[in-house]
Amino acid sequence: MSAHLSYGRVNLNILREAARKELREFLDKCGGSKAIVWDEYLTGPFGLIAQYSLLKEHEVEKMFTLKGGRLPAADVKNIIFFVRPRLELMDIIAENVISEDKMHSPRDFHMLFVPRRSMLCEQRLKEQGVLGSFINIDEYILDLIPYDGDLLSMEDMHIDTTHECYLESDQTSLYHTAKGLMTLQALYGTIPQIFGKGECARHVANMMLRMKREFAGSQTQILPVFDSLLLLDRNVDLLTPLATQLTYEGLIDEVYGITNGYVKLPPEKFSAQKKQGEAGKDLPTEPKKMQLNSAEELYAEIRDKNFNGVGAALSKKAKIISAAFEERHSAKTVGEIKQFVSQLPHMQAARSSLANHTSIAELIKDITTSEAFFDNLTVEQEFMTGVDTDKVNTYIEDCIAQKDPLIKILRLVCMQSVCNNGLKQKLLDYYKREILQTYGYEHMLTLNNLEKTGLLKPQTSTRNNYPTIRKTLKLWMEDANEQNPNDISYVYSGYAPLSIRLTQVLARPGWRSIEEVLKMLPGPHFEERQQLPAGLHKKRQQGENRTTLVFFLGGVTYAEIAALRFLSQMEDGGTEYIIATTKLINGTSWIKSLMDRPEAQS
Amino acid sequence: MMRGKPDEDDYWNSSKFKAFTFDDEDDDFTRLKESKRAVNSIRSLVEEEDEEDDVEKVSWSGEPVGSISWSVKETESSIRSTGEVRDQSFPKIHTAPSLPKNSSGYSLSSLFKGKAKTGSFQSFSESFGDPSIRNYAPELRKPKSEYKDYVSDWTPEETVKRMQQGKVYSLEKFRSLQDKLLLLDEAVNAHDGNVITAVLIYLKKSLSKEILFRELITREIALRHYIHYLKEIGEQKLLVELFKSMDRTEDMALMQYRDHLNVRDENKRRDFLKNCLSFPFSPDDATHVQDHYTLLERQIIIEANDKQVESSGQADIFKKYPRKASILNMPIITTLYYSCFYHYGESDGTFSSPANIRKTFRISDKQFLLTCLGARAKLKAWFDVDALFTTKNWLGYTKKRSPIGFHRIVDILQKNNAPVQVLQDYVNLVEDVEQKISLAQKYKCHDVIINTYRDLKDRQQLIVYRGKVEKGSSEYRKIEEILSNSQLRWKN
Repeated sequence: MSAHLSYGRVNLNILREAARKELREFLDKCGGSKAIVWDEYLTGPFGLIAQYSLLKEHEVEKMFTLKGGRLPAADVKNIIFFVRPRLELMDIIAENVISEDKMHSPRDFHMLFVPRRSMLCEQRLKEQGVLGSFINIDEYILDLIPYDGDLLSMEDMHIDTTHECYLESDQTSLYHTAKGLMTLQALYGTIPQIFGKGECARHVANMMLRMKREFAGSQTQILPVFDSLLLLDRNVDLLTPLATQLTYEGLIDEVYGITNGYVKLPPEKFSAQKKQGEAGKDLPTEPKKMQLNSAEELYAEIRDKNFNGVGAALSKKAKIISAAFEERHSAKTVGEIKQFVSQLPHMQAARSSLANHTSIAELIKDITTSEAFFDNLTVEQEFMTGVDTDKVNTYIEDCIAQKDPLIKILRLVCMQSVCNNGLKQKLLDYYKREILQTYGYEHMLTLNNLEKTGLLKPQTSTRNNYPTIRKTLKLWMEDANEQNPNDISYVYSGYAPLSIRLTQVLARPGWRSIEEVLKMLPGPHFEERQQLPAGLHKKRQQGENRTTLVFFLGGVTYAEIAALRFLSQMEDGGTEYIIATTKLINGTSWIKSLMDRPEAQS
Repeated sequence: MMRGKPDEDDYWNSSKFKAFTFDDEDDDFTRLKESKRAVNSIRSLVEEEDEEDDVEKVSWSGEPVGSISWSVKETESSIRSTGEVRDQSFPKIHTAPSLPKNSSGYSLSSLFKGKAKTGSFQSFSESFGDPSIRNYAPELRKPKSEYKDYVSDWTPEETVKRMQQGKVYSLEKFRSLQDKLLLLDEAVNAHDGNVITAVLIYLKKSLSKEILFRELITREIALRHYIHYLKEIGEQKLLVELFKSMDRTEDMALMQYRDHLNVRDENKRRDFLKNCLSFPFSPDDATHVQDHYTLLERQIIIEANDKQVESSGQADIFKKYPRKASILNMPIITTLYYSCFYHYGESDGTFSSPANIRKTFRISDKQFLLTCLGARAKLKAWFDVDALFTTKNWLGYTKKRSPIGFHRIVDILQKNNAPVQVLQDYVNLVEDVEQKISLAQKYKCHDVIINTYRDLKDRQQLIVYRGKVEKGSSEYRKIEEILSNSQLRWKN
């Protein structure tokens, strides 16, 4: 289940093991048989840490989803609530506990807050008069969850990071980010160098340094695994998430949305695969759910490719598999046949993996070849190259007139604003009026949020510095090679994500070469050093790569991850990257998180 | 293509821009087919052994069998099927523990305590894979903290630290304002939102709001936490007061405006919005709120009226096209569409007339035209459609004009199933010849194509097109006629 976590440059399974150990210890604290009541949101992230079997070993006999009213019957000694610290959940739990009391059942209640306990919630339980019913209130610190061999995410357990970083709120998530980084350092050694860009990055670095001072004298005696940490604020690069991702994994996320490493797909393409003769007999109506990670060999190979290169890769794979199956004809001796048979399971897994991805690629292809997709991409590329960003865009106008989904409109308008360093007041007012008239006046709350984050803003100075940034950092590459890329710009078929360019330049030749541009981007940039205990200084072998942890505060897209993996694999790159983030995002989920009452949008 | 830039294709193929295209030699699509074929051919020879491999088992919905979310579903469905059988034993006297148990500290802290055993971490990354490694996993949880020193005179710093560690603490002893503020500042310094909020809850209880507000002005982080806290617990009134005292009146206004979404009854909602009009919005937002109010006010009037007319069966339009939904709370453009659909031709004076709505809500020419066109085309009122574009100049000649390219008009008409006779009038108005021809081909406006080729004197194209139409049809005959016209001077 988790082997793929340990294949990478840094063994992230250590982190997972630590989390599992803590979970076991908690379960053992509540002696006897147990039932777990789950905050449904948590089952996804927990699935990345543990299976049901682990819980079962520790006497978990039943599991329920948290719901109002009475708890289901279960003959167990303990009832444990696994919940996020949210007030509305406390009210449901109180309801559960109160109705249980009436039954005078002898079950013990326990509470496990994930990822942190909250005094606010405990106070709420107290007000509801149920706090005393809990034998045990504890917390399960789950900051950084390993998603893949090189990817960690906090997956927004701490309320809403996007909101927190950019809209008014309590910044608690930054504190937890710092905490999470301290945990990482406890497991993988002190990170000697910290770089950063942006206000939030500065905050996190300060907190880390402070926490380190507070625990001075308790240095972990571990040889550092990471050579450096780069903290990047999402608002240093507002542009990248707005662009449509064009890698295979990025497109899957754009079109179907990936949550906790799973994607739900329309079942039609998959049902016919089972047995051709019976196709159509009973078509499943439930979406097909698939897990996506590097444990699947084929997926690991194609996930980060530009979608235009996926077809070729799949057909190459198909030939290899066909050839492997053909070998049975040449197998003559018993030994040869035996060997062929022993390989069958692996071959079959490869075959079904190929079948699945061929189907997914077909689904995606239907979208990418549509006129609507093409038109949208055309406009995005115009904006990113600086064409007519100061005028009313007729495509956006048309989309509004057709009542296309509001999120799509907002994504484009924000992109235009970002690429133009703000829109002229008249233009901004025009877009705002069109949006409010077509979608409803209440959306002025959403527009207000977007303005607060800087995604949408009036042009304050006459100077638009985006072209300078674009040219200096080479954000647009004319001849991006989609099949055999030689530059990160392949992930957006021409646009090189700003965030990753900053990472690339930092590694070589260093940020000093781009001081001017760094000043144009929001927030301070900085470098800090952390003292290592004597004797833990790494002696680098000739030609050994550096390892850098890049932490995206406020979210990262799959295309950006692909670009970093590309850099890791470059022959003369010299640096390998591990990626961490507060949340995996795409333009749609990102804008949605900034909307007022996004649930009102279908 | 569709978007009206005449030489768009050239533009894309020329230089700078690269669109995301698929028409390479080595077509991707054929490749997908290829791999699909391969998959299918393989299947036939391994069919019997089906999924008997050591790949993890996956249920149809994709969850690996044995995953947490899978088993939650499993237990739940089994419970549902057995019915909610509950233990109906006699009530027993229940003795719930009345004191909250204070357990556990911040388990992570143990990581940062200088325990000697951390020495073994060194070998971590290398030795992983060894089954015994589990024992190396760090001690993430700390033994229960010492409770002994219950009350004493901890400094603010010590208190905050204890709070962070989940130990017993007491805030009551911070009595003077100065002490309380020291405590708050210390909590803010620690950056732990949980602790900051706990301190703020105490200050909220023990200080008058005027004093608390005053002190928060100079403490931005604490202020943010406080706002967040008030939002969480829904103390709207206090929040409004806070914003007021901070002179953040626009935020206050928006926040109050937001509340209209919770008012279900339309009359109450209208009154609520009316009340909002006096709030200190930014000038722009003030206009929007005013429009919002005016809109709902009108919708209520229109809705009441139309409902009555519809049920009395007086107007044909409602009989022919019964209303599908109420117009209440719809956006203004939707309302305009409704008005163009049911109230077309009413005099400017009525609230429900398109002209009045257009004027009141300052709807742009383009939006008005598109909305109106959509509604009239839906009703197949082609005469109205025609009138929308017809202008007369001072000599009395009529001409068709449009603020939007005619190619878009054609698209909209086509989507509303306009007949070819109507469509071709508008296709003819498209200025760009190539675009005109491609539209005409798309929508089978033979006359337009034939006439255009004739005007271009393009004999070859006309011959080609003759091959595409049905032999003996009127189009066919028309082409024949033109081709045999000796007066024409063909260019080819």
